[in-house]
Amino acid sequence: MKKHNLFLPVIAALMLMVSCGGPQGGAETFKKPGGALSSNAAERVYVAPGEYDEFYAFLSGGFSGQLAVYGLPSGRLLKVIPVFSVDAEKAYGFNEETKPMLETSFGFVPWDDSHHPELSQTDGTTDGRWIFINGNNTPRIARISLETFETVEIIEIPNSGGNHSSPFTTENTEYVVAGTRFAVPNPQRDMPINEYKGNFKGALTYISVDPEDGDMEIAFQILMPGFDYDLSHSGKGKSHGWTFFTTYNTEEAHTLMEIGASQRDKDFIAAVNWKKAEEYLAAGNFKEVPANYVNNELDEDSHTATSTKHTTVKVLIPEDCPGLVYFLPTPKSPHGVDVDPTGEYIVGNGKLSADMSVHSFTKMLNAIENELYDGEAYGIPILKYDEVLAGIVTEPGLGPLHTEFDAFGNAYTTFFISSEVVKWKVGTWEILDRVPTYYSVGHLMIPGGDSKHPDGKYLVAMNKITKDRYLPTGPEMNHSAQLYDITGDKMELLLDFPTIGEPHYAQAIPADRVMQHSKKFYKLDENTHPYKALNENETRMERDGNDVHIYMTTIRSHFAPDNLQGVKVGDVVYFHVTNLEQDWDVPHGLAVMGARNSELLIMPGQTETMKWIPQREGVYPFYCTDFCSALHQEMQGYIRVAPKGSNPELKWSLNE
Amino acid sequence: MTKSRISMILGSILLFGVFLFPIWRITLYAPQYPSGLSMDIWVNKITDENAMKNINILNHYVGMKMIEPDSIPELTYFPYIIFALAALGIIAAFIDRKKVYLSWLAIIVVLGILGIYDFYLWEYDYGHDLSDMAPIKVPGQAYQPPLIGGKWLLNFYATSYPNLGAMFFALPMLFAGFAFWTKK
Repeated sequence: MKKHNLFLPVIAALMLMVSCGGPQGGAETFKKPGGALSSNAAERVYVAPGEYDEFYAFLSGGFSGQLAVYGLPSGRLLKVIPVFSVDAEKAYGFNEETKPMLETSFGFVPWDDSHHPELSQTDGTTDGRWIFINGNNTPRIARISLETFETVEIIEIPNSGGNHSSPFTTENTEYVVAGTRFAVPNPQRDMPINEYKGNFKGALTYISVDPEDGDMEIAFQILMPGFDYDLSHSGKGKSHGWTFFTTYNTEEAHTLMEIGASQRDKDFIAAVNWKKAEEYLAAGNFKEVPANYVNNELDEDSHTATSTKHTTVKVLIPEDCPGLVYFLPTPKSPHGVDVDPTGEYIVGNGKLSADMSVHSFTKMLNAIENELYDGEAYGIPILKYDEVLAGIVTEPGLGPLHTEFDAFGNAYTTFFISSEVVKWKVGTWEILDRVPTYYSVGHLMIPGGDSKHPDGKYLVAMNKITKDRYLPTGPEMNHSAQLYDITGDKMELLLDFPTIGEPHYAQAIPADRVMQHSKKFYKLDENTHPYKALNENETRMERDGNDVHIYMTTIRSHFAPDNLQGVKVGDVVYFHVTNLEQDWDVPHGLAVMGARNSELLIMPGQTETMKWIPQREGVYPFYCTDFCSALHQEMQGYIRVAPKGSNPELKWSLNE
Repeated sequence: MTKSRISMILGSILLFGVFLFPIWRITLYAPQYPSGLSMDIWVNKITDENAMKNINILNHYVGMKMIEPDSIPELTYFPYIIFALAALGIIAAFIDRKKVYLSWLAIIVVLGILGIYDFYLWEYDYGHDLSDMAPIKVPGQAYQPPLIGGKWLLNFYATSYPNLGAMFFALPMLFAGFAFWTKK
C-alpha cells in the first residue's frame, strides 16, 4: 500500500506538466499525419541508383549488440557491423579468429547491449578514423576501424556495473570515458543489498586511445559515490580538459528505483577535471588496486584476435584529490548532458523536470575559484545552483532526454513523453520550433552535432516505439527513425525508416572523410596467419594428435584441396581457409554439413578457421556460400570421415 | 658536334624510356568491371599482378591458358635488344655517316614490325588455344584481343592500345630519321 502512495505525487506531477506544457487541441492532435509534407521531400532524400549518400550514419543496434551503417539522406542500410553479439552471417564469434573478441573476465559472452556510437575526433572534429561503442551489460568498449568497418578492439571495464555513460570522447580522442550506470560494491563482494548506501561505488573510467594505432588502455578510474552515472560528454574548446557526467539516484535507493531514485528535486552533473587527474597520476597520488578485465585486439595482418588479461587498475579517490570533481545541482534525474559547440554551455536534460537547466562553464570556474559551495557529498564540493546556471529553457516539453547542436547556435532537444523534437536558441533560451516524432524519441543525432564543428543539415530522431509507422509485422517491429531537414527556420520531416534492434544513439560523418580510406581487400602478401596457405602448392592436411589441420584455399571457382580423407570420428578438424582472391568484393564462404558452427565468410586475402567435430562416419559435402562466380554452384567438395578408433591415412587432392 | 650526331645520341638514349612506361595496354570491360581490368605490357614485365590474376581467373572459364610472364621469353630477351639498339645507335653517331643512320633506322623499324607481329602471335595463341576441359565452350568463339582498337569477346569488351612506352620506341625513329636527313 505504501508503494502506491508513493506513485501519487509523480502522477500528479506528470499531469500538471501535461496541463501546462502539452500540445493544445483535442484528439485530432494525435491523428497520423497524411501526405501534408512539403511536396519535394522525396526529391531531397532520393539518391539516384549508383549515386552515393552524403553522410555515413552509424546507428547503434541497442539490444542487438551491433552497429548499423546507413546512408543519409536516403536511409539505406549499408552494412551491419557485428560488435558485441555473435553474427553467424560473418562468422563473428564463430570462427577461431574472432572468438577471442568476445572474451571477458566472465568467459565468452555472445551478446551485449550497444548504446552509444562515438566517432573519433581531432581538434573537436570527427576525423573518420574509428568509431567507438559501449557494451552496456558486461561493461565494455569496442573500437571499430573505419577502414575495414570491422570491430578491431574490445576492452572490458572493471569495477563497473552497467557501462552506459560511455564511450564519449575528448576533443582529440585523448580518452573515451566510461561511467557506470549501476553502482556496485567496491571492492566487489558478497554483502547485503540493503547496505547499498555508502558501500556501493560508481567508477568513472578514462580509457586512453593511442593517437597512432587507436590502441585502448585503462588510464585511470575515479571512484565516485554510489549514484547512477547516466550519460556524459567531455568539454570542448574552453572546457577541453573537463568531462560532465549526469547522475540519478543520488538518493542511493536500492529497490523500486522508479520511485526511490526520483525523490530529489535536483540530482547532480559531476564535472571532472581530467587534466587535474593526469597531474595526480603523475604525482603518484593514486591507488593501484586489483581488477579483473580483458583487452581483446584484432591483428589485421594475421586476421586473428587475441585476448589479454589485466589484473590491476589505477584509482583516484575524489576525497584525496581536491579539485578533481565538483557537483553541479541539476533538476531532476538529468539524462543526457550535452556541451554546445563553443564549450561554454552544459545542457542538463532533466528528464523529470518541467524546465531545462543550462549551466555555464565560465560561471562554474568562477564558482570553483570563489568556493561558492552548497555543502558537499562524500567529500565532493556541491556548487551553488544559482551560481553555475546560465539559463533555463522554460516549459519546452515533457521528458527531455538529449540535445544536439547545429553550427548556427541552435540546440535541438528530444522529449520522450511528449514525443517531439524542440529547437531552441542557445543563449536566449527561446523556443523556435517543435516537430512531432513517431513515437517517443530517445536520442537524436545531427552529423557532428556533439562536436565542435557540427556538419548540420539533417537531424535523425531515434524512436522507442513504432506502432503504426510501417506494415505491421506481428508484436515486434523494428524501431523507427525519422530524418528531418534542419537547414531552414522550421524543421521538416523528410523520411521515416526502420532500423535494426534499438537505434539507441547514432553518429554521422560526411562521406568524404571515410570513403577514400575504405579498404577493398587484404593483401595476400601481408597475411601472417599461422595457418595460411598463400597458393595451392601450400595446401595440405596435418595431424597433431586428435587435431587435424586443413590448409585450404579458395579461388573462383574451387577449393584446394576439395577431396579430403583421413579424418575420423573423435577428431577435431580445423578448416583453415585462405581466400586467394585479390579483387574487391570477392569473398568466398565455407559451409560443412552438420557443423555445429556457422559458415565462414572469408574476405580476399584473409584466412579464417572453422572448427568442426565430425560426429558420424561417412562422406560429407562442403560448399561455398557466397555466390562468387558463374561456377559458384560447382564450388564444392567432400570430406570423408572414418570410424572412431580407425587409423586412416591423411589424403588430400584436387583434380586427381 | 653536328646536329645529326646529337640527334642520333638523343634518340639512342630516349630508347631507355621504354623501361619507364608500359608499351601496350589491354583492358577488359564487363558489367562487373565498369572501370575495366587493365593489363600493362612492358618491355620486360606485365603489370599489375592483381589485374592479371583476375584476368586469368576469368579466362580459365573459357579454357584460355594462364598468362604467366615467366613463360613469355620475349620479356627476358627484349631488354637486351633495347640495350643493343642503343649501343648500335651510339656507334652510328660515332661513325656519323648517312648510310649508317639509315641502316639503324631500318633495323629499328623492322624490329618494331617484328615486335608487333610477335604480339599478334601471342594474342592469337591465347585466343585460340583453348582447353578441351573448359567449363564454358562457345562453338566458333575465339578470344583473341584486338591488335589495336576495341572488340567484343563474349560478355567482355576488350580494348588494346599503345601506351606511353611505345612513344620511346617511336621517338628514336624520328631522331634517327632527322639524323639521316640533316647529315650531308
